[in-house]
Amino acid sequence: MTATALERAERRKAWAFALPGLLWTALFFLVPFAYMVAISFWTRQGREIVATWTLDNYVAFFQKAHFFKGLVVSLEITATVTVISVLLAYPLAWIIAERVPKKWQRFALVMAILPFWTSYVVRSYSWLLVLSKGGVVNQTLLSIGIIAEPLELSANRTGTVIGFVHFFVMLLTLTIYANLIQLSPNYRRAAADLGANAFQTFWHVVLPLTLPGIMVGAFLTFVLCIGDYITPQILGGNNELVLPQVIMLQLGRRADFPMAAALSLVLMAVVTLAYIACARWLKMERT
Amino acid sequence: MRQLSTALAALYAGLIYLFIFLPVVVLVLFSFQDGTLPVPPLNGLTLRWYEAVFSDGKLMAALGNSLLVAVISSAVACILGFLAAYAFARYTLPASALLRGLIVAPMTVSTLIIGLGLLSMLNVTGMRLSLVTVGIGHVVINLPLCFAIIYASMGGHQVNIERAARDLGAKDWQVMLLVTAPMLLPSILAAFFLSVTFSWDEFIVAFLLSRFDVTLPVEIWSMLRSGLDPKTNAIGSVVFLISVVFLVLMELTVFRKTGKPS
Repeated sequence: MTATALERAERRKAWAFALPGLLWTALFFLVPFAYMVAISFWTRQGREIVATWTLDNYVAFFQKAHFFKGLVVSLEITATVTVISVLLAYPLAWIIAERVPKKWQRFALVMAILPFWTSYVVRSYSWLLVLSKGGVVNQTLLSIGIIAEPLELSANRTGTVIGFVHFFVMLLTLTIYANLIQLSPNYRRAAADLGANAFQTFWHVVLPLTLPGIMVGAFLTFVLCIGDYITPQILGGNNELVLPQVIMLQLGRRADFPMAAALSLVLMAVVTLAYIACARWLKMERT
Repeated sequence: MRQLSTALAALYAGLIYLFIFLPVVVLVLFSFQDGTLPVPPLNGLTLRWYEAVFSDGKLMAALGNSLLVAVISSAVACILGFLAAYAFARYTLPASALLRGLIVAPMTVSTLIIGLGLLSMLNVTGMRLSLVTVGIGHVVINLPLCFAIIYASMGGHQVNIERAARDLGAKDWQVMLLVTAPMLLPSILAAFFLSVTFSWDEFIVAFLLSRFDVTLPVEIWSMLRSGLDPKTNAIGSVVFLISVVFLVLMELTVFRKTGKPS
């Protein structure tokens, strides 16, 4: 066998191994995705999708209030959730990294993750048990006499935000903790030697050094939060729909695939923009 | 001063842990509620909601479907991921970076878009929605993960061992199955178990791509329409228990015995 024939045989083998996976992704991901992009420029007549090229769906997104408002509500909720989660998670991550003995830290983290082993749908449902009118929180507060009327904690934005914050506090605690334990104690010693007190050391040394961990966690929060359908659908009620809910609504009774596809691509564009912004920030931070 | 800050730290951590655990504790506690509403006051303890769950044919079928889809789709994702990782790590393919990018691409896209794309394509081809289509979607989601985990653990140090096996007369498939796969077993198992947990909990794709036979999250979803119900608490607690048992098994088999997957 000549060298080239051997090479050819090797290459054929390589393709044989790689092709099943490549074909699967091409056939069940790339082709459907391309098709979805195409139909986002098509229209619907009755239940049929008609291949006439138009920008109508994207125009409708900007013109019709209930589409555009979906994105606005999504962005508002995502921003609220991200800020609250970072503020709640940072102290916990710091306490676990600094105040919990080394051998208990892993246990503390495992405990923080444990409740998230219920299924996602069930977790949102269990918040309903806590937050609804007759739920645990309202019943407790009523019986103590702190409130006279049950608080509106579910079927509105508050419910959605609480349900989201629950998950993302856990996630952010992990990313910030991972960042905190990587810091060398020398930084803090140096700051102390230079006369900084505990607060100054934290504010000027530790916090800036953990910004990358916060950013990565906040980006993950943004992406997962803005694309989620389950939590707002179970806890948010029907008054304020987020974009994923609006998309699912197009699919449901109306079977408007072109509009649903266009809205999904808008959502994807927003996530991509956030990714670019985050990546650029992290790069600037490094140089 | 030090004592005060320690007390404050303990208080803060306690409150956050309370927040994290509150829904699960309430879920499990009121699954034993002797009454029809899973909210306070707790009237008494009963196991009848668990009886209702285990005698509910639809729920048990959904549980079986979920396990079936999770195990089969994860196995397929692992096999495809392993083969592709082997091809990219051991051979030189043209446009290798681009092709690797293609395989991990679904990871960057939300499951809503994956499900929506597949659904609109299936509508055109006229393929009926079933557990098979759900499985296809779950392989799309999990293949990038399996590929990335296994590819990352295919280091150069295994190449010499594979070469030795070949010198001793092993055929290609023997090298792959009897030499490479066992060496990579920790990461293959990690990829498999991670895929199983993702598939087990996945809702959107399963919801969009199924019709009559559904997986457990979709069945639970349809139970939510009846509002608060101790039976939903009971099935939720069962799912929680299964997941925790699975987590402990994973910890014991994959992470403890063989060390951390590389």
